[in-house]
Amino acid sequence: MRTLTYAEALREAHAQLLSTDPTVFVFGQGLWSPWYVGSSMKDLDKEFGRDRIIDSPVSENATTGACVGAALAGMHPIVVHPRMDFMLLAVDPIVNQAANWSYMFGGKIGAPVVIRAIINRGGEQAAQHSQAVHAMFAHVPGMKVVMPATAYDAKGLLISAVYDGNPVMYIDDRWLYSEESHVPEEMYKVPIGVAAVRRPGDDVTVVASSWMTAQSMKAAEVLAAQGISCEVVDLRSIKPWDREQVFASVRKTGRLIVADSGWRTCGFSAEVAAEVAGEAFQHLRAPIARVALPDTPAPMSKILEREYYAGAERVVRAAEMLVRATAPSA
Amino acid sequence: MGNVSIERLARMYESMVRIRVAEDRIADLVEAGEIGCPCHLYIGQEAIASGTCEALTEKDYVWGGHRSHGHYLAKGGSLDAMMAEIFGRVTGCAEGRGGSMHLFAPEVGILGTVPLVAATIPLSVGTALASKLRRDGRVSVAFFGDGATEEGHFHESVNIAAVYRLPAIFVCENNFYASHMGLLERRAEDNIVKTAAAHGIAGASIDGNDVIAMYETATAAVERARAGEGPTLIEARTYRWRGHVGPSYDMDVGVTRKDELSEWKPRDPITRAATQLTAAGWDQTQLDAVSARVDAEVASSIARARSAPSPTAADLYTHVFHEPAGR
Repeated sequence: MRTLTYAEALREAHAQLLSTDPTVFVFGQGLWSPWYVGSSMKDLDKEFGRDRIIDSPVSENATTGACVGAALAGMHPIVVHPRMDFMLLAVDPIVNQAANWSYMFGGKIGAPVVIRAIINRGGEQAAQHSQAVHAMFAHVPGMKVVMPATAYDAKGLLISAVYDGNPVMYIDDRWLYSEESHVPEEMYKVPIGVAAVRRPGDDVTVVASSWMTAQSMKAAEVLAAQGISCEVVDLRSIKPWDREQVFASVRKTGRLIVADSGWRTCGFSAEVAAEVAGEAFQHLRAPIARVALPDTPAPMSKILEREYYAGAERVVRAAEMLVRATAPSA
Repeated sequence: MGNVSIERLARMYESMVRIRVAEDRIADLVEAGEIGCPCHLYIGQEAIASGTCEALTEKDYVWGGHRSHGHYLAKGGSLDAMMAEIFGRVTGCAEGRGGSMHLFAPEVGILGTVPLVAATIPLSVGTALASKLRRDGRVSVAFFGDGATEEGHFHESVNIAAVYRLPAIFVCENNFYASHMGLLERRAEDNIVKTAAAHGIAGASIDGNDVIAMYETATAAVERARAGEGPTLIEARTYRWRGHVGPSYDMDVGVTRKDELSEWKPRDPITRAATQLTAAGWDQTQLDAVSARVDAEVASSIARARSAPSPTAADLYTHVFHEPAGR
């Protein structure tokens, strides 16, 4: 079986979309430079021309708006924001325009635009080169938000996003770019809104996405050595998210950790916790635990960074606590 | 009249009268409480939409904002669908989801008007970019007010259209007010058109109440756009007669505006076009015939809107996501 890295899978998805569909084009900053987008767009401008791989002026708002307009005219644009932080300059075309368009016009038209937002953090980059603000966008009616954790999903979700017919925020994480997995050579879709069980288990359900899926898999290894069996559910899409798969897992394990790469307060982990508490309360044997970023901006200093991004360790601690809290008395 | 034929002038005249009559009736219905959604009236500015759209084909794209009844009607949008939308009926162009500020007529190149100030300017750059990539020969026109030129959207968009030589036309309807704030309370100089020179694109500042000047300036811009020579910024200087929103005349914003209105009313673009038509040989009977035709059209659209069904509560939940034809 052929394997590719996450970055190679991303590049292949773009290349196959561009070569099979003349309505696809890519617009955004740094597309001609590995410095911005890693190897995920390597040489695509040479292969498909700089008319379709457009390295843009420093104008997040208008480039995103232009992609929304082009989508309304029947194109399938992918607008790339090499740092999600900078995408916040484009909230109007995403939230006010693209997300509302179908509803505002009675469902007669959609805005099939993919907003590719890259989480690019760590390495002492500090508060404005670090943020993962996916929850803000998942909040908005009319938006879909996907967060692939594997190379296979990186390719299949991009293809699904382009042909969804609606605005889809596609969020990839630079920390995952060297992760490798099986990636078929042909074009394929990973359905939006369908989770995957990455590791079956009996004692604790860990619901995660993107980078936190990788962290949760590491945590599950550590916990297995302690005799705690984790089921890791990778959501893959956070809007819509696969409630049924999460409920099914909770029914089995009776314990839930929600692990998210964003902040805690009003974060995506709160959404999952609230839904499970509301819909599957009778199956819970312990309180729901959340692993999220502390409610602080991203720091620079390595020491502070280590504390800020302690994802896998926090999942381990949370699982130990939940199992201890519900351990049968001797 | 320059090189404009009497037939063309008559078409633009009728287009302006249709906007005026429709909006006068809408104003009455707002006052009567029959229409509830916010309506931003275009009365006094009709020559800009009618003159510009006369220079376009059905396939060209037009974008507007909160004050877009005129753009929609001049481009050929259905009066019935607009009136029904303002009444909040399911037969409206947005099925009663949008109202006056959300007009939609894709069959004539209107992919949606929305009230976020300046928001459709980048979208117009997007349709222009799509046209360039597809080589479909269409131009994209964005209509917006002077207030929109204070948004980053505008400056970023003009730059992008300029750098890629996109077939885009930016029509700034400078009516000297953003809501209640006068132009010189919001910018240091009355120089909107200079943005064009700063970006190396064509620019023109013209009398927006002169429908022939509007048509001729827009025609030159369309020719440049179709020839691949890039975008144009047109500053059309005009005045809105009514207030920012609704039927009132905004006298509450002060005496200055009242004096201005009495200066601008004699420059009514419709009276001006009627005078030009008369000079070219039309008689009063012909002018009256236009009024009678338009009055009947508007009355019938209102009657149809009144009797059309409203949405049901269950409709709240549909169309959050678009369901495209299978791919």
